[in-house]
Parts: sequence; structure tokens; C-alpha cells
Amino acid sequence: MAAYLIRRLIQSALILLGVSFITFFLLYVLPADPVRQIAGRAATAETVENIREQLGLDKPFVVQYARYMGALLQGDMGRSYLQKTQVAELILSRLPATLLLMVGAIFCELVLGLTMGIIAALWRGRALDQTLMVTSFVTVSAPQFVVSLLLLYVFAVKLGWFPIGGYGTFAHLVLPAVTLGILGSGWYSRMMRSSMIDVLRADYIRTARAKGLTRARIVLRHALPNAILPVIAMIGIDIGIFMGGIVVVESVFGWPGIGQLAWQAIQRVDIPIIMGVTLVSAFAIVLGNLLADLIAPFIDPRIKLR
Amino acid sequence: MKKLLASTAVMLALALPVAAQDYTPDPAAKPGGSITITYKDDVATLDPAIGYDWQNWSMIKSLFDGLMDYVPGTTTLRPGLAESYEISEDGLVYTFKLRAGVKFHNGREMTAEDVKYSLDRVTNPATQSPGAGFFGAIAGFDQAGDGGLSGVEVVDPLTVKITLSRPDATFLHVMALNFASVVPKEAVDEAGADFGKKPVGTGAYKLAEWTLGQRLVFEKNADYWRPGVPFLDSIVFEVGQEPVVALLRLQNGEVDVPGDGIPPAKFTEVMGDPAQAARVVQGGQLHTGYITLNVTTPPFDKVEVRKAVNMAINKERITQIINGRAIPATQPLPPSMPGYTEGYAGYAYDPEGAKKLLADAGLADGFETDLYVMNTDPNPRIAQAIQQDLAAIGIKANIQNLAQANVIEAGGAGTAPMIWSGGMGWIADFPDPSNFYGPILGCAGAAPGGWNWSKFCDEALDAKAVEADSMFDPAKAEERLKLWSDVYMGVMEEAPWVPVFNEERYTMKSERMGGEDALYVDPVSIPVNYDYVWVKQ
Repeated sequence: MAAYLIRRLIQSALILLGVSFITFFLLYVLPADPVRQIAGRAATAETVENIREQLGLDKPFVVQYARYMGALLQGDMGRSYLQKTQVAELILSRLPATLLLMVGAIFCELVLGLTMGIIAALWRGRALDQTLMVTSFVTVSAPQFVVSLLLLYVFAVKLGWFPIGGYGTFAHLVLPAVTLGILGSGWYSRMMRSSMIDVLRADYIRTARAKGLTRARIVLRHALPNAILPVIAMIGIDIGIFMGGIVVVESVFGWPGIGQLAWQAIQRVDIPIIMGVTLVSAFAIVLGNLLADLIAPFIDPRIKLR
Repeated sequence: MKKLLASTAVMLALALPVAAQDYTPDPAAKPGGSITITYKDDVATLDPAIGYDWQNWSMIKSLFDGLMDYVPGTTTLRPGLAESYEISEDGLVYTFKLRAGVKFHNGREMTAEDVKYSLDRVTNPATQSPGAGFFGAIAGFDQAGDGGLSGVEVVDPLTVKITLSRPDATFLHVMALNFASVVPKEAVDEAGADFGKKPVGTGAYKLAEWTLGQRLVFEKNADYWRPGVPFLDSIVFEVGQEPVVALLRLQNGEVDVPGDGIPPAKFTEVMGDPAQAARVVQGGQLHTGYITLNVTTPPFDKVEVRKAVNMAINKERITQIINGRAIPATQPLPPSMPGYTEGYAGYAYDPEGAKKLLADAGLADGFETDLYVMNTDPNPRIAQAIQQDLAAIGIKANIQNLAQANVIEAGGAGTAPMIWSGGMGWIADFPDPSNFYGPILGCAGAAPGGWNWSKFCDEALDAKAVEADSMFDPAKAEERLKLWSDVYMGVMEEAPWVPVFNEERYTMKSERMGGEDALYVDPVSIPVNYDYVWVKQ
């Protein structure tokens, strides 16, 4: 177990190093000059060169990367080129909202997705199954902007049940979380369905049935714990996606998450912010996967970490 | 030293601003209340030396003051923190007399030392101000650094003398730019790089709260030196809101002004509803949208080809793409800009004539080229209209749909044969015709990385521009504007641009907002002039 953990931690560190290098390199070769964004249209050539020099952007790639990583290892993510604020401060200020929405959204995804998946598996091949699977296909392919706006319009503007966007109370969280829950539930329901179908074919289910257990007990006690394993791995990936930012939903509901920060930074070639957000979300993906793998043996004792 | 002539000139210089200073705020205005403004993007910075986007520009205007200012809702200069000023006979020395008793938000009184410090700071390369170049005419600018500007001298606590190295007719406008705002040294030293998050000025409002990514609250500066203003107790800026949602919230009575304007998809609906349309204020804007034709790239090195492209574009149809929220342009300057040439029709839409010109240039079969465009709506749609217009005269334009930064890079590097300026179009920094020339049409801007994407450089026109800007004497203002008009007509002869349209502004406000319409389409403060608007209780 300990050896496994150490090996995984080293792997994770290497992955993060790779992500930082690739992102930094892509931003370096991008045909867009961050200095021009800072200097603005009125700047003289001298101003532009002066800013380039002060930010060290005139240095070769390797030097720039080494400087960035050197500072990063000391906990310094640098300052935003345009806002001049500490990147760590910008990300930290948006982290609570991002985490809250992530938890709310994954909760909704699971409730909707697992329910639909289990029902579809139990009524496999029937009209109900087909309806649910088509629904899941529609939700995963639905445009985020339209769904968010539709829910906002109906439940906040017309019915007035929830505030029209914003952040702060539980009521503010409901609509964006439900929107993301609906949009993402299709992935979970499809995975749950196929996993459940496999499990329902297993010998121990036949045994359970032969023992005369109720159907509910068979599904909840015997089938579900076994069928849910792949779903847990998927949550790990989902966490990473949410940490990378959910631009559209955040912007419609005025949710102050990381996605909006990242989107604005990309528009303006604000390299320190782009690097910071990328690394934080890469870290979350790595951590999410690691946790999913570590939790697996507790749910399924057959799995051994080696 | 001073001769009679000089003092006459001074008198003239002062005559207009002093009269204009008698701007009377709305007599019906009531103090008190709070308004809510929304924006999609978070506010970048409130440091007046750094802030340079249309969103923070008006916010900074309300937090800070400079020596000069504009009459609300107009482009007329009036003194700000300066009570009066004198211009020497040769136009090289400006002596500003400061108002006594003006206090910074931290309670300290503002003095001439602060004015010097602020100008030294904005021109110091270490500050990385995007506006440093505007102060190029001040003596010692080239040596600006930690030692400060030699051209700015403190005469006494309420007098500051600024010496220029060359006469600059736009200097008073420059002193009205946000970049020339007066800041207190101790607050800048204390906040360091975070001054943009902890601004301290002399303005009508002070920053009370800033929750990153969520909201900013401005609070009334009770000690404001202009009596009677501002009216509002506070302004709440909510950021991170989609314009469509902002409109829904306005209709629900939660928002007073959507800072990003009326979203294109909703424009027809809003204007079609009399109740809503009545709350929309329309006004001109110092903006021109244009297509640049790179004169160093064949076949655009031929003036016939450039003229042909000018005649091929159906500008009327392009304005329809943006719901008619613009008027077709005939020349680089927008109609509300002084120096605009009245009666000049420009190149009329004439595809047949354009084909003839192409044939004259030996390109009867047309040619293939690239049109660069920023990838946010409505720009790609406009590019398609341009593409169709060009196809009609045999030019095959491939659209390069890119992020803003990439288009700017290609434009600066000179690798883009044609660029549609949408989303990056020129909005004047100050209401003077010179502001539309140097960086975007002059030789200086044609250098690699500059904003003159046509790479157009005409030495004779440049000389004329310099001549015009040295005519600092207010008595020669008319003559100067005529000269500028000639410069832009010269540009049109060479046709490095296709001026396409001048955007109009449409500001929507809630029912309870008061104050004259001009305050809602203020050419300097977008979307509204926060210092003078008020709310009905």
C-alpha cells in the first residue's frame, strides 16, 4: 500500500510537471504577444520593449520556464499581467464558489444519473429504457447556454422561485447545480446502466434471487455496490473538469467561479493566470483520480493496490 | 516676460472652459439612493496609470480627478483639480493653479507635489503604464525614470509648471486623460502593485468594497470638492453576468444599467416594445470600424485596388447586420469628432466601377487574399458580408477567424493583407482629431508591432499632422481643424482603409434613473456619468 502510494505520488508529480511544461510551451509559441495586451494600443515601441524586459519575456523559453517553476516551487504563482493582482489571490477568491458548485453539480448528476441508469437497467430493452437512454443522449448533447438560460427564465424570471443569478445563498446554488446535473447526468446514467446490466447477470445475483430475497434488496444491497465502481472513477474525472471551469453556466448564472477567470485570461493572453488555473485544475484531476483509486478497495475488496 | 498677445491667448483659452464650468446639474436631482450596474467581465484594475479599457475608464474617472476634465455629457474641456491655467506665448509652458482644500479619500490635502508625483509615476517605465506615450511632449520624457520628469516643476504648494519640449495642441486633453489622474504617494507606496485594488483618489466616489469576481461598491465621497455632487450614496457593480441575464434582471427591477449594453439578440425585441424603448438613450460615439488594406502587400500596394475595395463594400448592408446600430462611415473620423469633413461622400457603393478599377490595375480576373477577423459575434458575420461583397468583384477573400490577441499580432507584424477592425475598432482616447492619426494611420504606428495595420506611411501627411498639433493657440483652433480635415482627406485619396461604420451607443436604464439623456451617452464616461446621475425615490 505504502509503496503503491509513493509510486502514484511520484507519477502525479511527473504528470503535473509535464502539464506545466506543455502549457508554458504552448503559450510561448502562441502567435499572440502578451506584452501588446499589457501595453495597449497607444504604447510606443520603447514602452513595449521596456515592459517585455521587465517581465522577462525577452528571455529564451528555457529561462522563462525555469524562472516560473522556480517561483512556483516557492509558492509564488506570480502576478496577473493585466490586473497586477497575485494569481494565487485571484484563484483562491474564486475557489469556494467553484468547489461549492462542483459538489452541488456532482450531487445532482449522481442523483439523476444513477436513478435513470438503474431504472433503465432493470427495464432493459423496454420502452422505458429506450426513453431514458434517448433522454440521456439529448442532455449530454444539449447546448449549455440554451439549457441554462431556459431554466433561469422559467424558474427564476417567470416563477420567481430562485434568484436571477448570483452567489451567496443555497437558493443561488440550486439552478446552476441542477443545470449541470441535468447536462452531465447522461454520462452517469449510461455508465450505470451498462455496469448494472453486467452485474445483474452475475451468479451471486442469481443466488440471491434463488434465496427469495426481494427485488429491492437484491438491487440495493447486492447489485448496486458492485455496479457503482466505474462510476466512482468517473467522479474523479468529473472533479477535474469542474475545476477547469464551467464557463457558460457560470456566466449565465453570474457564478464567480474559476471558469470565468480562465476565460477572461485566455482572451487577454494573461499567461500567469492561464498557467495558474491550468495547474490547479490539473492538480485536481490528478488528485481526483488518485482518490478514486484509493477508495476503490474499500468498496470492492477484490481490488488490491499494488 | 508675458506680452499682451500671450495674455489674450490665455484669456481665450480660459473663456470657454470657465463658461462651460457653469454646468448646472439637474435641478430636480435628489441626493441619495444606490444603483446597480452589471458587467460580464471582472474589473481589471482601478489604478489610473494602468486601467485602459472602456469598462474601468469611467469607474476610474469617478474615483480620481486630473487637472482637466470635461463638461458632463460633452467633449468640452473644463478645469478639474486645476482652478485655472496659463499657456506661455510659445506654447511650451503650462502653469496650473490648483484648487485649495481638495482632499484625497484618505483625508490628506492634495498639493502640487502630488501632481508632480503622479506625472512622474505614470511616465516612469517601471510603472508599465500603457498611457505613458501620451506624455511624450513633456520635457525630459525620454529620460523619465526614478528621477522623475524634469519638465514638471512644483512652484508652490498650489502651483505646478509643466514645460513641453514641443508645442502640443492636445496637451490639455492629455491632462484630462485618466492617466494624468492625481494619486497620493503614500497610498501608492503602501499598496504597491495592489494599488489597482486599493485605489485612493480625490474623486466623487471612493471604493468601499471589492469582492474579486463578484462585486465592487463605490461609496459617495462626502468631502468631494465639487459642491452638490455626486447624488448617489453608492454604486454597486456586479460582475460576471451574461448580458442577456442582465437584461432579464433589469426587466425584473434588479439592475439599473446593464454595463455591456443591450445584447444583439434582444435588440429588436427591446426596441419593439415602447415601454422598454423609452428607457433606451441613443447617442454618437467616437468610434470608427474599418477594414485595413496592407499597402505593403501586393496587390494592395496599388491605389486602384484599394479604391476598388472601398467601392465594393456595401456599408449599408453591414450596418443592418448589427441591427442598424451604426451609421455608414465615409472617412476615418466619426461625425461627432471635431475636424470631421462635412459634405464628403467618400467612396460610394459601386461594384461595376470597382470592377473597372481592378481591370485598370491589371486584375480583371480578381485575386485571392486573406481577411483577418476577431472571432466574437457579430464580427464573423460582418466578415462574411465583406467576403460576399468582394466576391462580387472577383476577389476571393479567405476569412481568418482568430482570437483578438492573434489578430492584433498579425496586424502588428504586417502579415495580414486585410483586417476587419471589429471588436478592436478605434475609440478615441480624447475628443481631438489627432487621436485618430498617429498610432493607426501615421508612420510611427506602421513600425512592426504598431497599430497601423495598413502599414500606411505618407511623410507629407505626417508633416501636416505635426504642423497641426503644434498649433496650440486656441485662436487658431478652426485653422487647426481644417488642417486635420485635409490630413484625413489625404488619407482617403490613398485609401489604406475602408471606413465602414461609426457605432452608435444605446444605453438602457431602469425607470427610476434620473438626469438628462446626455449623461447616459457621455462621450467620455461609458456607460454613464456616475457623478451626475440620480435616482427617483
